[in-house]
Amino acid sequence: MSAKPKDLRAAGPVRYMNPIVEIENLTKHYWKGDQIVPVLADINLVIREGDFLALMGPSGSGKSTLLNLIAGLDRPTGGVLRVGGINIAELPESSLTDWRSEHVGFIFQFYNLMPVLTAFENVELPLLLTGLSKRERREHVELVLELVGLTDRMDHYPSQLSGGQQQRVAIARALVVDPALIVADEPTGDLDRVSAEEVLELMEHLNLNLGKTIIMVTHDQRAAAKAHAIRHLDKGVLTDDPSGTD
Amino acid sequence: MLFFLRLALRNLFRHKLRTSLTALGIVIAIVAFALLRTVVDAWYAGAEATSANRLITRNAISLIFPLPISYANRIRQIDGITGLSYSNWFGGVYIDERNFFPQFAIEPKSYLELYPEFILSETEKTAFIKDRKGAIAGRKLAEEYGWKIGDVIPLRGTIYSGSWSFVLRGIYRGAERKTDETLFLFHWDNLNETLKKTDPSRAERVGVFVLRIDRGGRAAELSDAVDRLFENSLAETLTETEEAFQLGFVAMTEAILVAIKIVSFVVIAIIMAVMANTMAMSTRERRREYATLKAVGFGSRYLLALILGESLALSIGSGILGILAAFPAAGILAAKFGTLFPVFEISSRTIQFGLFASCLIGLTAAVFPAWRVITFPVSEGLRSIG
Repeated sequence: MSAKPKDLRAAGPVRYMNPIVEIENLTKHYWKGDQIVPVLADINLVIREGDFLALMGPSGSGKSTLLNLIAGLDRPTGGVLRVGGINIAELPESSLTDWRSEHVGFIFQFYNLMPVLTAFENVELPLLLTGLSKRERREHVELVLELVGLTDRMDHYPSQLSGGQQQRVAIARALVVDPALIVADEPTGDLDRVSAEEVLELMEHLNLNLGKTIIMVTHDQRAAAKAHAIRHLDKGVLTDDPSGTD
Repeated sequence: MLFFLRLALRNLFRHKLRTSLTALGIVIAIVAFALLRTVVDAWYAGAEATSANRLITRNAISLIFPLPISYANRIRQIDGITGLSYSNWFGGVYIDERNFFPQFAIEPKSYLELYPEFILSETEKTAFIKDRKGAIAGRKLAEEYGWKIGDVIPLRGTIYSGSWSFVLRGIYRGAERKTDETLFLFHWDNLNETLKKTDPSRAERVGVFVLRIDRGGRAAELSDAVDRLFENSLAETLTETEEAFQLGFVAMTEAILVAIKIVSFVVIAIIMAVMANTMAMSTRERRREYATLKAVGFGSRYLLALILGESLALSIGSGILGILAAFPAAGILAAKFGTLFPVFEISSRTIQFGLFASCLIGLTAAVFPAWRVITFPVSEGLRSIG
């Protein structure tokens, strides 16, 4: 991968209208022995650049599976899934891995930081796949850590940070390669109310001021309220009107 | 990749107790492996210390049957034989049966000419040759029993009955590390003169002739020439290279050597399984971390490097410690063995084997966990509980 992240300082309040995610008749099922277990059925969805979409639904409704499919972590059983104009379902595994590293930032419920790496090193991880020099990497990492308000914690290990701080490190890691799309799976699920609010504000800031498209899976109504649109999934089916996504 | 090496090393020390115990296991296994291999090497040390220019002629029926000393002159006539000496296995007991060391009755002058690797000062050499009651001993043997020049060494005869005593006239040292320094050598004439009086039927007999030949490449031809000389005689001969002669002794105990070799490999196999278990546990615990790395774009080769790096760092690091620890362990064992093994030293081949075994342990331990990590679906890994 040779693409270098853009300078985030150049970004400002933005909103785009081009579709970034286009899903047509998407299905996903698993095999359990010789039995088919349907997870997603006939999903149609369009998400535009700059959107902040919340996916809600009961446990087992397929929202995390849908998020994983959009992020290229899993493959659909059928249908069309275009992200940034690329049908990612057709990409071979190695290309899909490269594609993820360039275009998607991940935020997880349990932060998923490397416990043996400092906050700085955790954020630096995705940049190791770019052609950036050590000095350039340092600049980028310091920039995003400043953005999430953790400049003074860059040498701390995850175990030395609070949950909210760890999630902010994870957000910095998601942001450091300047991806077009940020996917967040229950980003506030493991946080107390105050920390959750800080994280949501940060995500809102990324969306409103840096133009990041965010797709967030959540059970939390307060978190969902930060999104521009909320879509509900139940038993693998989108249950509400897709017009709401705009 | 440097970053990943650093990450691998940090991962290695996440569970210090587990890593330390695994490392200790590898160290012990490599020490055991090195010592067992050294025992095998020690068995072959006699063969390795041989010269390509020396042949041994013995009775064709068995080594226990002697040959007439009169054969010596006929053998000397063969073109290509440039030196000849002879010896008898004495098999005496020094104070107690447990004090075993090889004793040979030899013709001193010719024998020491044929074995230039036994280094004696000129004074000691002359003193030994002149004194028919004299004897020389190897450095290790003299150290083992605290002998000094001038000491009288009593031996109780078993093959040649009676009480024998010898005056120590010299202590030789080996020209090379592999030279046997545990021999006790005395005058064949002394033995022969006594036998003439006590058991004349056994006099004028030697156990083996030692022949020096002009070129190692003529060994087969000259062996054949010697043996043809005594065809159809009462005591037919069997001549072979000194190495083949020594290997004949090793072959008698080959089953034991094979067993020792198998055990040495079993030790490595056991530690491989232990190490594989450690790596499997570690990677299973970090499944979500590996899934995260995959999610952010790190492909199979990075994950392979991470797991292999950790496994190899542990196995090679411990292997090196094991090899270092094997040296003092071999020293302790050599002291315990006394003169049982003339040479008991860890060879460069054993060190290479040890390092190779360490690498193999690291590689095999990492293969299955790495394959599991590379092939599991990212989405499944992200759901794992660490």
